[in-house]
Amino acid sequence: MSETRRVVVSSLTLSGAVGIFALSFGVASVSAGASVWQTCALSLFVFTGASQFSAMSVVGAGGSMVAAFGGAVLLAARNLVYGLALSSSAKSVAGNLPRRLFAAHFVIDETTALALAESSPKLRKVAFWTTGIGLFSFWNLGTLIGALAGSAIDPQKFGLDIAFPAAFIVMLMPHLRSKLGRQAAMLGGALCLISISFLPVGVPILLAATAVLVGVRNDQ
Amino acid sequence: MINEAPANLWLMIIALAASAYLLKMFGLVVLGSRQLPKVFDRCLGLIPAALLSALVLKDTFSVGQSLVFDARVAGFAVAVVAAWRRAPLIVVVVLAASATALLRAI
Repeated sequence: MSETRRVVVSSLTLSGAVGIFALSFGVASVSAGASVWQTCALSLFVFTGASQFSAMSVVGAGGSMVAAFGGAVLLAARNLVYGLALSSSAKSVAGNLPRRLFAAHFVIDETTALALAESSPKLRKVAFWTTGIGLFSFWNLGTLIGALAGSAIDPQKFGLDIAFPAAFIVMLMPHLRSKLGRQAAMLGGALCLISISFLPVGVPILLAATAVLVGVRNDQ
Repeated sequence: MINEAPANLWLMIIALAASAYLLKMFGLVVLGSRQLPKVFDRCLGLIPAALLSALVLKDTFSVGQSLVFDARVAGFAVAVVAAWRRAPLIVVVVLAASATALLRAI
């Protein structure tokens, strides 16, 4: 029983921390020009943080919806890998097909990491669902509060246009630990800066995605 | 600010929600425990590094299609140092926003 308790506590702690992240998403998204409803819809139905941030960052800069969509989908692509990683224990985590279809909405960085950290099927199930439901609740609550706060103040005056890059920097840090990650980040950043002045807004972000090809030759 | 009609933003949100769900569902339900080629796995894993770095630079150094150097650079520098020292996100955002706001005020 104490094992279950440990898993629940760590899942809920993480969920609370992520709620703070959602606050900044809410503020940044309405600052970029989305309505409170649109901001909440992103958190409810897209529910994958980096993609939501990326989409509104491109839209807010005046980019086309297609460019915003493209970058956001690329960032969501890693959830496919998480789904694959979880699928070996999908039966014990989510049971029958309807349940698995429901569980799919919660396949993100945090649920995958916490579920796969447990070795017993029972604890995996507890970790997946507590993190999934807890994080979903805090993420959406944080988004709503942030969006309401953001629409009440002048974002420029409070320097809130820096909320997007600040959040991206925090999300980027763990990826810089590996050599390949640093190479992809440097190449992606360079491609973006070089192409900003002649490609339509948002398209340099798509171009930056070609930097992942540094992973093709390097076998480590 | 947004260049297109709010209805287009709604369309984008719906398309993104559907795509994000399909990606999550495809791995968990459809592909099952099949293995992806190693190279494919590694490249997918590098997407956040490449895109987040590009997004940081775009949001700090550009307005539309022009490269600019303004008060956001101060916030950027502060955010890099704070994130490097593993400050929690809320601290990073508040420090960065304060630095940018302060520079704008003086």
